[in-house]
Amino acid sequence: MTTTAAPLDVAAVRADFPILGRTVREGKRLVYLDSGATSQRPRQVLDAERAFLETANAAVHRGAHQLAEEATDEYEGARAKIASFVGVGFDEVVFTKNATEGVNLVAYAMGNASVAGPEAARFRIGPGDEIVVTEMEHHANLVPWQQLAQRTGATLRWFGVTDEGRLDLSDVDGLITPRTKVVAFTHQSNVLGTVNPVRVLADRARAVGALTVLDACQSVPHSPVDFRALGVDFAVFSGHKMLGPSGVGVLYGRRELLEALPPFLTGGSMIEMVRMASSTFAPPPQRFEAGVPMTSQAVALGAAVDYLSAVGMDRVAAHEHLLTEAALRGLAEIPGVRVVGPLDVVDRGGAVSFVIDGIHAHDAGQVLDSLGIAVRVGHHCAWPLHRRMDAAATVRASFYLYNTLDEVATLLDGVREAQRFFGVA
Amino acid sequence: MQLQQMYQEIILDHYKNPHGRGLRDPFDAESHQINPTCGDEVTLRVRLDGGTVADVSYDGQGCSISQASTSVLTDLVVGRPLTEAFEKMDAFVELMQGRGRIEPDEDVLEDGIAFAGVAKYPARVKCALLGWMAFKDAVARSEGAQA
Repeated sequence: MTTTAAPLDVAAVRADFPILGRTVREGKRLVYLDSGATSQRPRQVLDAERAFLETANAAVHRGAHQLAEEATDEYEGARAKIASFVGVGFDEVVFTKNATEGVNLVAYAMGNASVAGPEAARFRIGPGDEIVVTEMEHHANLVPWQQLAQRTGATLRWFGVTDEGRLDLSDVDGLITPRTKVVAFTHQSNVLGTVNPVRVLADRARAVGALTVLDACQSVPHSPVDFRALGVDFAVFSGHKMLGPSGVGVLYGRRELLEALPPFLTGGSMIEMVRMASSTFAPPPQRFEAGVPMTSQAVALGAAVDYLSAVGMDRVAAHEHLLTEAALRGLAEIPGVRVVGPLDVVDRGGAVSFVIDGIHAHDAGQVLDSLGIAVRVGHHCAWPLHRRMDAAATVRASFYLYNTLDEVATLLDGVREAQRFFGVA
Repeated sequence: MQLQQMYQEIILDHYKNPHGRGLRDPFDAESHQINPTCGDEVTLRVRLDGGTVADVSYDGQGCSISQASTSVLTDLVVGRPLTEAFEKMDAFVELMQGRGRIEPDEDVLEDGIAFAGVAKYPARVKCALLGWMAFKDAVARSEGAQA
């Protein structure tokens, strides 16, 4: 991590986020520690979406009137900004409704490859082929692959997780083999905070001719990410976790792969030529954007990328590093608290999940909520991982650029308060 | 303070010292219910004797609300005619879905009235109903088995 950047001015950042000024639960100051689920949006993003709708709104990629032109320019301009933010070409970025749809797009397109032309041969998957995932995946990067395996007869295999909450890489060559068609894994665990060694897995996958699909939902919002440098074939992330709107996500695919990939959803906008009996399809990214797309959301996501770039992703990462370190240190000092995930900040992001002896996560979350602290409780859409870590449910605090060390201290006080309230201190 | 309204002493007592906990034989039917948002689960068995609830036994893991409400359930339904047990269930479900605007009848719900505060927290209503859904399902299964 680069630490040369001047520290982030958190007070100035917070002033951009109107919602952080509100109170909750009988006048408590809001302490928002749930950005891993969804982040809040700065005025700049809200204003950009409103400005687009007030001045340029129209259906994109159809119509020849001035608004249609301007809307298309803004939509495509957002695509270019977002592409450059993650180090890829503008035509390698597909807008989806969310990251989940991005994973499903790849999984279904691979399923469709068996009935597509010879150019799609490399995506075909069937009995004898293997799909490799990990035990730390969010359900969004697990269930679509389970389903693809069921539809095609392929076999699902997975990397285990160590007690510390790292990927068990003791048998990379045994898991990723010439039978492997896809390796789908998360860049940064939404529960453990663990940052996975993308290059190790991507290099091995490439060596055996397998495709890689990276879940970057928890990395792209929080640190500088360059998909080309990481060497992955596909990657997904969502707008609402990076200061942007919900309803827009991104699928990155290497150009030559998108060019050969059959469509998932079909209909308007994604065609080249339509006759009554059959059709041909537009080049990517349009081939994967059937129907009138989310437009103001994409434009606002472009504004979110501008905002993050202006702050500097190195600064964002360094700031979250400080908060995570303080949270881990503070939680370690409270008897009866167990952090689920790495206890140090090496290759670790700002999701801190923990259990409190004698208090169910729901109950702990309720006490924190009564103090104005918004955290996530439950299995955070990673049920197999929770089972692996011997936790039915955890409390997760997740940090972002607008959180402060004071808020970390409030969280730690809240955990002690929960212990007092339930009589387990 | 809101927290005390929700976590009444009665609820915490049932959580720490649950009534009727543990799976027992014999039983007529069993139901396994999961709250998919948090992973809480309960396995609940019923034994019917004619039209009477002869026994309810259960095991599970979950938050204080789900565990305490299942404990209260056993107090309310065991030894009662099925029709009366269902009346109590309906009253409890109505209370929990009332957003905190329903005044519970202690004669019907006994310790169950302590959950009135929980009804103000929509995210926790499912927790309170988990055991009751298992009871309803188990009775339906046992009636199906007998029919």
